[in-house]
Amino acid sequence: MNKREKIIEVHDLVKRFGKFEANKHLTFDVNRGEIFGFLGANGAGKTTAIRILCGLSKPTSGSVRVAGIDVNKNPEAVKKRIGYMSQSFSLYNDLTVKENFRFYGGVYGLSNKEIRERTAFFLDKLKMASFENMLLSKIPLGWKQKLAFSVADIHRPDIIFLDEPTGGVDPITRRQFWEMIYEASDNGTTVFVTTHYMDEAEYCERVSIMSEGEIKALGTPHDLKEDYKVDNMNDVFLRIARNVE
Amino acid sequence: MSVTINIKNLVKTYEKVEALKGTSLQVKPNELFGFIGPDGAGKTTLFRILTSLLLADSGTVTIDQWDVVKDYKKIRKITGYMPGRFSLYMDLTVEENLQFYARLFGTSIKQNYDLIEDVYEQIAPFKHRRAGALSGGMKQKLALSCALIHKPRLLILDEPTTGVDAVSRKEFWELLKKMQKKQMTILVSTPYMDEAALCDRVALMQSGKILSLDTPQQIVDDFKGNLLSVKTQNMYPLLKDLSAFEEGIQVYRFGDTLHLVSHYSPEKTKSDLTEYMTGKGYKDISIEPVTPVIEDCFLALMNNTTDA
Repeated sequence: MNKREKIIEVHDLVKRFGKFEANKHLTFDVNRGEIFGFLGANGAGKTTAIRILCGLSKPTSGSVRVAGIDVNKNPEAVKKRIGYMSQSFSLYNDLTVKENFRFYGGVYGLSNKEIRERTAFFLDKLKMASFENMLLSKIPLGWKQKLAFSVADIHRPDIIFLDEPTGGVDPITRRQFWEMIYEASDNGTTVFVTTHYMDEAEYCERVSIMSEGEIKALGTPHDLKEDYKVDNMNDVFLRIARNVE
Repeated sequence: MSVTINIKNLVKTYEKVEALKGTSLQVKPNELFGFIGPDGAGKTTLFRILTSLLLADSGTVTIDQWDVVKDYKKIRKITGYMPGRFSLYMDLTVEENLQFYARLFGTSIKQNYDLIEDVYEQIAPFKHRRAGALSGGMKQKLALSCALIHKPRLLILDEPTTGVDAVSRKEFWELLKKMQKKQMTILVSTPYMDEAALCDRVALMQSGKILSLDTPQQIVDDFKGNLLSVKTQNMYPLLKDLSAFEEGIQVYRFGDTLHLVSHYSPEKTKSDLTEYMTGKGYKDISIEPVTPVIEDCFLALMNNTTDA
């Protein structure tokens, strides 16, 4: 897999809501297979940018290519190439584990055979095969989040967007979740992740930090810590995002 | 002014899930007490029982001399409660929400303004904005103002910093420290382990049980074994290799390093590990003894529970 291939290309992206500029001339690239941390304070414009990358919202101006597709011209094609999970919207509590896979497999147009194979593959990997007929509401949160990540990967997307995937998850499960992220990245899947846990920012290959609609910093955690002359990403974040709202 | 809380053998079961498995603890007057743990630890259940919004299956809670079941009316008057989910009126403005809560408790904004000033002045420029249109950080400050407006003696905050960015979290804790000076007992729950260090005492909770209860310093001092921080050029395969290292009891990622817990002396483990890693071809090896933080303690305590 060619790591240098660009899977997300954003150039001069602007998004305005009336007079309010939520994204101010964002320019950045993400490489195939990269784990990219998209950080920022609440209200910095992260959600707006992610919605545009996912084809859910149109940019006011600028160009955005995701998996080689122009988001502005063909948002529907983009949606087929990406997976998405967040803490608040992940799986259906009143469906069983298996039914959740079946539902999302169907949404993405997989054949019955493919759905069966992919479901078996993930349940085996998570050692959860005996839970396949259990209602999702009965599954502990940490496991749900691992299932949600697998479901987001069911159609072998190029990029998986993770919006605060580990909020409220215990520290052991949080680390297991990151092992899954590393594995996906190793297999060439790009992982685009937001988090409020600054130790998780250290786990990313590169991170960007947004504040007031702009990307104020972008680089490897190592370089950012050197640039700001601090020991950890929490301090980098505080330097950049303090006194804003 | 501030209250003492006495919790004895609290049990609460939802269908088959035991949310609280016999919780007992005392909170001292004017203490800032933290309940630290992931979702499903039982934090919200405990807070709902303390605020008289939920009945326990068994066990008792007294707040000063009042029993939370018998004397619930008294308890509600002296308690300020900020639930985990934003529960103010989205279609009222900032100021209207605050007025509403003040009137509900038979007081006025003016009467208790000194108490909320530090919090409220930060959102006052937006007082004519509807609550629904506020950012996450501002909503949280409004909710805190509303929980404070009747001058409670007991303040209960359920995950006030969940989903909040690192900057706003820091500011929120600075506010809480100020509140504590105003003679209140404060209970706060959080899934962020680093916030434990800011409390007077904490209970580390998991699946309805208290794993440990003490001052943050004492919990760190009680950490069993020696903790080493390991760094090298190529971190990716290191976790697997260190898991196979015999002297390690527990190995896990920690920021840009790995943490390894050992029962041998740091010197011995360091020299053995250096040899082990060199043998595997690692370069630029750095192994340093480090002081554990609450997250290390929590991971160790969880590890013990899984073994049992």
